[in-house]
Amino acid sequence: MYKVKVYVTLRESVLDPQGTAVKGALHSLSYHEVQDVRIGKFMELIIEKSERNIDELVCEMCEKLLANTVIEDYRYEIEEVVVQ
Amino acid sequence: MKFAVIVFPGSNCDVDMYHAIKDELGEEVEYVWHDADNLDEFDGILLPGGFSYGDYLRSGAIARFSNVMKTIMKAAEEEKPILGVCNGFQILLEAGLLPGAMRRNNSLKFICRPVELRVENHETMFTSAYEKGEIITIPIAHGEGNYYCDEETLNKLIANRQIVFRYHNENPNGSLGDIAGIINEKGNVLGMMPHPERAVDELLGSADGLKLFQSIVKYWREAHVVNA
Repeated sequence: MYKVKVYVTLRESVLDPQGTAVKGALHSLSYHEVQDVRIGKFMELIIEKSERNIDELVCEMCEKLLANTVIEDYRYEIEEVVVQ
Repeated sequence: MKFAVIVFPGSNCDVDMYHAIKDELGEEVEYVWHDADNLDEFDGILLPGGFSYGDYLRSGAIARFSNVMKTIMKAAEEEKPILGVCNGFQILLEAGLLPGAMRRNNSLKFICRPVELRVENHETMFTSAYEKGEIITIPIAHGEGNYYCDEETLNKLIANRQIVFRYHNENPNGSLGDIAGIINEKGNVLGMMPHPERAVDELLGSADGLKLFQSIVKYWREAHVVNA
């Protein structure tokens, strides 16, 4: 089994209105060190081993559904886990 | 002319769309559930607003993979008129039938009120009943209508006159180039955030949306009915 962590965020070139609002809120709490906030999504997938290459498989899922690559970037981490 | 109103779990403007076609336009219309695999009997396809699949993941992202979308892709190729309003527009973007994507409104608020639109292209099958540059009032109701595409796509949209409606006077959501509605290159798939089906009778505050549906019927009659 694999445990896959997928992170999806708006692309650098796309203004993130939620992130901008949160940055404003942090500034109003006097955290003026905060330069930028990007809000994204975190997904955890448990995937059974198959003949498909896991990296290829996850990449395909991200491209097809998990991220909209017109406005979003994604990255993922794959960890092999033992199921009890 | 016979229209299909596609119903997804979470659609909530399907009844408005049905009413607009049946009672105001006076044409045939049927609800079609999202698992349908044939739309051959219909001449026009309407994707209504709402929150298909609860807007989970992204607006329209899951509806885009529902069974009916395969046949809608086919209908798009056959150049049947396809209109997506609000969530319907978001589904068309996710499906790649129209270019670009939607971001949250720049105010982060859900906005529900009438807005003014300028008809940027009145030479489409959806807008021929409007005057050139006509200003119309149509309600919007969305939280994610902040249209985005890259510069290359925007230039293409402008060059091909694919921008059909722009917000007039004030841009409610921050959309790129004040875009409110765009059409595909072939000119048979229109996506728009404002709700023309909610503006089909003066009693509703505006009847400006009716001309959009009348345009579709006029196009269809000219193409399919002898002695139209």
